[in-house]
Formats: sequence, structure tokens, C-alpha cells
Amino acid sequence: MTILEYIELLFNDYTLRTITLGTAILGAVCGMLGSFAVLRKQSLLGDAISHAALPGIAIAFLITGAKDSNTLLLGALISGLVGAFWIKTIITKTHLKSDTALGLILSLFFGVGMLLLTFIQKQPNANQAGLDKYLFGQAATLLEKDVWFMTMVTGVCLVVLLLFWKEFKLLLFDADYTKTLGFNIKFLDTLITSFIVAAIILGLQTVGVVLMSAMLLAPAAAARQWTNSLAIMVGLAATFGTFSGVIGTGISASYPNLSTGPVIVLVASVFVLVSFIFSPNRGLLFKEIRFRQNRNDLKLHKTLSFMYDIAKTHKDVDHPHSVKILNNFHGYTKKSLHKLEQENLIVVTGTNWSLTMKGFEKAKNLYNQHVETND
Amino acid sequence: MKEEIAVAIDDLTVAYNYKPVLWDIDLTIPKGVLMAIVGPNGAGKSTLIKAILGIIKPIAGSVSVFGKPYKEQRQLVAYVPQKGSVDWDFPTTALDVVLMGTYGGLGWVKRPGKTEKKAALEALEKVGMLPYKNRQISQLSGGQQQRIFLARALVQNAEIYFMDEPFQGVDATTEKAIINILKLLRKAGKTVIVVHHDLQTVPEYFDWVTFLNVKKIATGPVKDIFNNENLIKTYGINYQVSVQE
Repeated sequence: MTILEYIELLFNDYTLRTITLGTAILGAVCGMLGSFAVLRKQSLLGDAISHAALPGIAIAFLITGAKDSNTLLLGALISGLVGAFWIKTIITKTHLKSDTALGLILSLFFGVGMLLLTFIQKQPNANQAGLDKYLFGQAATLLEKDVWFMTMVTGVCLVVLLLFWKEFKLLLFDADYTKTLGFNIKFLDTLITSFIVAAIILGLQTVGVVLMSAMLLAPAAAARQWTNSLAIMVGLAATFGTFSGVIGTGISASYPNLSTGPVIVLVASVFVLVSFIFSPNRGLLFKEIRFRQNRNDLKLHKTLSFMYDIAKTHKDVDHPHSVKILNNFHGYTKKSLHKLEQENLIVVTGTNWSLTMKGFEKAKNLYNQHVETND
Repeated sequence: MKEEIAVAIDDLTVAYNYKPVLWDIDLTIPKGVLMAIVGPNGAGKSTLIKAILGIIKPIAGSVSVFGKPYKEQRQLVAYVPQKGSVDWDFPTTALDVVLMGTYGGLGWVKRPGKTEKKAALEALEKVGMLPYKNRQISQLSGGQQQRIFLARALVQNAEIYFMDEPFQGVDATTEKAIINILKLLRKAGKTVIVVHHDLQTVPEYFDWVTFLNVKKIATGPVKDIFNNENLIKTYGINYQVSVQE
């Protein structure tokens, strides 16, 4: 299937359109809120909350016996919040560090969730099939009403974010200072955490509890590489998230037996990888290039200043000297000699070199290190 | 002339877990002084400031600012936290950080406008950081980051300034620049309270001093109480320092 055919299908096929819209909106809201999670240093909180949601789904099913997604997600919400609350309690009441608390709660809740899921599957009840879709998600089950619900939640998040933009930014950068200015940081913190929980719950059906945190973190981590402005970072993260959703859904719809959730997460990871390598300021590639460039420049300067020290012992600047005397000097290579010649800083004749006036002047002013010499 | 009292602290007690960090602190700070809080590591100097500002909840005690509870007087108080307390890799610029100083005056929801931006630029100018206004904050040196924090407090246009180790990890030039600004603040009738580590510079920089080691040891004018007796009481018997006469 070509891209054009796919796009045509996207406009004609109701199911595919619903799923694509759903994953796009999910990607956008996750990217947006993920930026806040990353900057608030709560990257792992999302992971813990999503894993903590699993027993809630199982318990909701056991109590109601229904597979209605709203009921199950309500269960997920409650147990996710309980998990988040326990983590915060452990951190404040004990000496355990946050990573330990997160790890503990994550495994505990996930373990209980898995136990309940296996228990449910052994039940003689035909209704239980498909509950395990919450593990890795199943975008194909998205309905129009789910998409509407996602849109609504995203809209509310967006409005609140814009309204309290200034306060959120302040809290993310300097929470103590925020308090001294008279802002209620508990309120702001609760607001952010509830939004993150909401985004996670929204994504459970599509991406599943195991991979959900990647949806939050990947677009934000990628976006951070490209910009030094919070607003642009949040916007970019939402864009990356949206494209991850759309492209991921496209890929998984174009090949048989490719589950949508993992493909979306993989696409988001490609965004991260590309950003880490190719972003202009923070990217590894350009960092390495700048590093080498600097080293080469320094080597060249070093050679030039060595030549200068030799040249200034003679009356005439362009007195030729043997290349040999450079041989036991560290910064010297054939390549650097060639480069100096190219820049008209020296003249090479046979096995001799001599400084040009330009080279002499440049070396003299290099870092002003020869100002106080006694010639 | 009767002294006006800027900050009055009564029976302030703070504890982390079981151990008290501050015990029964009574302290009055007169208006218009440039005061150092000195004491050994773990004496509770930063904690004192944080408790006064309500960042840490005390077990007991009260703080009043110009005769009213601190909570009603927030607008009169500015704070410079320790430089290491924030992540400087946060995606924002120097000017943006200084603008944050105006947020308290703006209150909820309202965004900074032209007036606020002008004030922020003026504050940057005062600390000599105007050329760096659009610089990403992680690309600033330690001393420059400290100046940005100072500018953020200046833009609050407060009456009382609390500063937590503003000279930590800055070079001599920046230290001079900062102390000059603090002296200007005092000249303008503001009250400045600084957690300070370098005892040698206390007589040169400050006119008021508080010795603290869990309890308040002494407080008063530097020329009267900055002596070996109080230093030994605060830092222990083996402590020696040359105090300028």
C-alpha cells in the first residue's frame, strides 16, 4: 500500500480514521503533559502510576463483571491515584529515596494486577477475554466516543495549562521560590499530577500499562533537544507525540499483525534517537563535530605559535627554517603544515618553511600571549 | 530615635524528624540593617530563612513583618535561594528568570506585560547582566547565575531581602559586585539578611550580625558583638579567627 492509498483510506475508512484521530490526540496530550513530568523530575512517576492502574482494571472487572471501558478505566484511575499517593507518602514518611519508592510501588501493584488477571482468566466466564489488552493496549478497540472523551480531556488540560502557564513555569523551575511569592504550590502540584494521571488513563486502552510512560517521556525528551524555551518545548513535544500516533497507527495498519501501541512507542523512540543525534545545539553529532573543530584549531594555533617563537629569534620574519625542527613538536602534523600554507600563514619551499607577515602578525596576537616578550 | 522593627521572630522551633534544627529562636531585626547570619554547618542558618518564609513549616513560633503576620506581608519580602537549589538546565533565558520576580505582584493568572519587562531589564542592568538577557541559563557561569538570582529578587521591589549564601562559589569580582548592591539596598533603607560563611569579611560587609547554632547565641551590631567570645560560643573552643578591631 502506498502512502497515497493509505491517505485515501484514512478519509474513507471510518474505523481507521477514528483510531488515527485517537492516537494523534493521545500523542498530543501526552507530549504536552510529559514535558511537565520531565521538568518536574517526575519521569518515573508516570511509569509507576500506569503500572499501578492494572489491579484497578482487574478489580473493577471482578466487581462489576462488565467489560465497559469507562468502568474499567475508572478502576484504573482509582488504583493509579492510590499508587501515586502511596509513593508520595513513602517518600515523605520514610528515608527511602524516590526511585526506591517508585520501584517498590510499581512492582507491587503490577504484581497484584497480573495475579488478578491470571485469576480472572481461569474463571469459567466467557466475558473475561480481552482484558489483557490493557497490558499492551489495542488501538483497534477505540470508539468514536473514546476519541470525543480524549478530545475533551485534552481541551481542559490545554485551557488550564494556558491559564496557569506562568505559575506552572515558576513551580517547575523553583518550587520554594514559588511558595514565597504566595502561590499555593500544593494546588499547582496536584493539578499537574492529576493531569498526568488523566493522560495515562486515557492511553491505557491504546498503548497499555507497560508502555504508557514512554508516550509521556519520549516526545518531551526529544523536544528538549531542540529548544531552550519552555513554550516551544511543550509545543514540539505535542507535535512529536501527534506524529508518533499518526505514523505509528499508519505503520501498524499497513502490515498484518503489528500491534499499534508498541509501534507508536517505537516511532516516538525514533524521534528521540534522531533528536539526540542531530539536534544542532545539544545533539551528539554536532557536539562531536564542534569538539574536533576546536581541537584542530587549537593544534594549528599551537604549531603557529611554536613557529613564531623560532621566527622571532631571526632578524627577518620570513627566514626559512627546516621542517625537521618541527618533528619533535607535539602539535605538528603534515596536515597542519599544509593547512597553515593554505591560509597563507606560512610558505613551504622544499623541506623548509617560513612565516609570512600575515602568519607572524596572527601568531603575535594569538591570545595575546607574546605581548610581554623582550624583542 | 526609636528603631522600627522589620522582622520579629518569636519562639521559632523547627525539627526534621526528631532532632530539632532550630530551638526556640527569638530574634528582632531592625529596619535598615545589613545583617549576616553566621554559624557552623548544620547550625540551621538556611532553615531559619526557610522557616521565616514559610517554605518549611515550623513546629512552633511566629514571624511578623513590620508588625503584621508574614503571610499578609509577603509582597514586602524577597528571597534569593541557594544557587544549587534549582536545575539550571531548565529551558529558559536569563530575562525570563528575572521576570519571575514580578509574578508575586501580578498574582494568579495575569501575565507579565511591558511594565514588568522594563523592571526586569533594569534589574539585569543593575547586576551587570544586561548583555546576557537572552542567554540560556545553563550557559551562564556560577557567578552570573547568582547575579540573575539577585536580579530576580531586586525586581520584587521589596523592603526586606533574605539571601541564602549569595557568595557561595562566586569569584572575587562578582562578590564585590553583589556586596555593592547590598550596600545600595541598605542605603535605600531596605533590610537585608544574608546567610554568610566567610567570617573574615563580616566586619567589612555587614553592620549587624546574628550568631546561630541551633539556638540563637547573640544578635546585634557587628562592632559590639562580633568578638572571640561569641565566636567561641558559636563555633566551639578550638575556633580561632582574627577579628578586625
